[in-house]
Amino acid sequence: MACGVLTPRGQPAGHGGPVFPEAGVIHVPGCPLLARPVPAGFPSPATDYIETRLSLDKHLIEHEDATFFVRVQGNSMVGFGIHDGDLLVVDRSRDPGDRSVVIAVVDGQFMVKQACRVPEGVLLRSSGPGHGDILVGPEQELAVWGVVRWAIHPVS
Amino acid sequence: MPIALIDGNNFYVSCERVFNPKLEGRPVVVLSNNDGCAVARSNEVKALGVKMGTPWFQMKDLARQHGIIALSSNYALYADMSNRMMSVLSQYSPDQEIYSIDECFLGLDGFENYDLVIHAQAMRSQVRQWVGIPVCVGIAETKTLSKLANHCAKKSLAGADGVCDLTRLSETERSRLLATIEVGDVWGIGPRLSRQLADHGIHSVEALRRADPKTIRREFSVVVERTVLELNAIPCLSIENVSPAKQQIMSSRSFGNYVYDLAPLKEAVATYVALAAEKLRAQGSVAGMVQVYIRTNPHREDAPQYSKGLTIPLPDPSNDTLYLTRAALWGLRRIYRPGFAYQKAGIVLMNLSDTTNQQASLFCTHRENDRLMEVIDRANAIWGRGTLRSAATGVSKSWVMKREKMSPQYTTHWEQLPIAI
Repeated sequence: MACGVLTPRGQPAGHGGPVFPEAGVIHVPGCPLLARPVPAGFPSPATDYIETRLSLDKHLIEHEDATFFVRVQGNSMVGFGIHDGDLLVVDRSRDPGDRSVVIAVVDGQFMVKQACRVPEGVLLRSSGPGHGDILVGPEQELAVWGVVRWAIHPVS
Repeated sequence: MPIALIDGNNFYVSCERVFNPKLEGRPVVVLSNNDGCAVARSNEVKALGVKMGTPWFQMKDLARQHGIIALSSNYALYADMSNRMMSVLSQYSPDQEIYSIDECFLGLDGFENYDLVIHAQAMRSQVRQWVGIPVCVGIAETKTLSKLANHCAKKSLAGADGVCDLTRLSETERSRLLATIEVGDVWGIGPRLSRQLADHGIHSVEALRRADPKTIRREFSVVVERTVLELNAIPCLSIENVSPAKQQIMSSRSFGNYVYDLAPLKEAVATYVALAAEKLRAQGSVAGMVQVYIRTNPHREDAPQYSKGLTIPLPDPSNDTLYLTRAALWGLRRIYRPGFAYQKAGIVLMNLSDTTNQQASLFCTHRENDRLMEVIDRANAIWGRGTLRSAATGVSKSWVMKREKMSPQYTTHWEQLPIAI
């Protein structure tokens, strides 16, 4: 489009008005863009203080590429505040420490457990009624899939 | 400058294994659209002699014998895992060219003082830990050689632990290694070219490397000459950080079941146009022609065969889904013949040009729906593809492809997350 040619682009045919408030803005390349009337009242004293609104994604996710969500089934970890149906934020980039709550792979099944170093190997601790601990001896391979960073559940 | 080519091992299978550890160590194939043929094979399946592209029905006996697990393609999952892998790898160099869903080139200019093998091992272990995908790394002076180095890394021909750095080899070691690799394993040398090269006595990569570039150019093409130069560590292909805009955009699928009537064909064609037009707008292009084609199943020799395509030039280049759909359906009505069992339909958007450099025609026959298209694209980005679509794409969609063995979309749907007990 050459400069100076006014073309109202894309007004939906047969429409009463624009779909979005900005629709109907005509941009002529090379000319300053004045989209709406300039407010001439008292300038907002807050403009110098505007900050980005808080993002829960940024708060909960440290490494985007390594973070996965996992759903909890059952109450084997209620003692840790992890309930049936909770959403777990799992970070695979972190190395598990002693007593980290992790997603472990036991017999091809994902389990959320606390991994504790014990002299006999690693103890996968549960903390729910009727759920025993699992000892992974040195001859077995313990696969830690990721470290659980957050458990999210609705409150009301 | 050294170039690394990083490639995910059996990528689709590896993606499935991340979320289903029970598949570890077992023979797994991933099947193409409509559960047709093998598009990814685990090492266990490769060891059974199953070739890429083997139709599923041909390996059913073998599958029963060896307990091969077949899965439908879960493209939403593979695309997300690919994005994660590429993003992790992008930390290792400012020059990255994403070459396909499972491989990328990294330019390692300025890394000469690093130990490149250690650098490559760091990439491998980070992708493995963060994303869960095993990768191999090939390093060499040119793109063609780095592809070859990657092949060597996969087969453990030179160097161990999934990394092969050809720049470390002496000239004699290099000659000896390349003499053991068939010329068909070179990037861009397909089966037909391999046969032609064999007729000229060129069987190994080493023989091609020693061939005279001028003769190769005369006997074959400038492309093969470039390959010879690249094999001699003379770079002819640079790292393309920005993928060039596509020259044409295709969208086609085989149907889940045979389609006989015009109505479902129209729905399918309208759906393919919508998909292609969305890509067209995303790259900022307009199309000058639309091609539409339909065909029966060529492998069913007992059934009557029909295959027909029609290219429709547009009076005004456009990226308006509704306009392109009208053109494609106009063409479809002209090529459709009743009485055939249609297996596939497709469309191609051609003569693409930039949205910004448009020559307006004197007799403009339609009005662009730019704002409407923008609203459609934005809504579909938020609420999922097909949320806002033209009614021509249909409601029942009896023709959609079969994906009966598809795993959950673990990373893109809240209701399909992996479960931990």
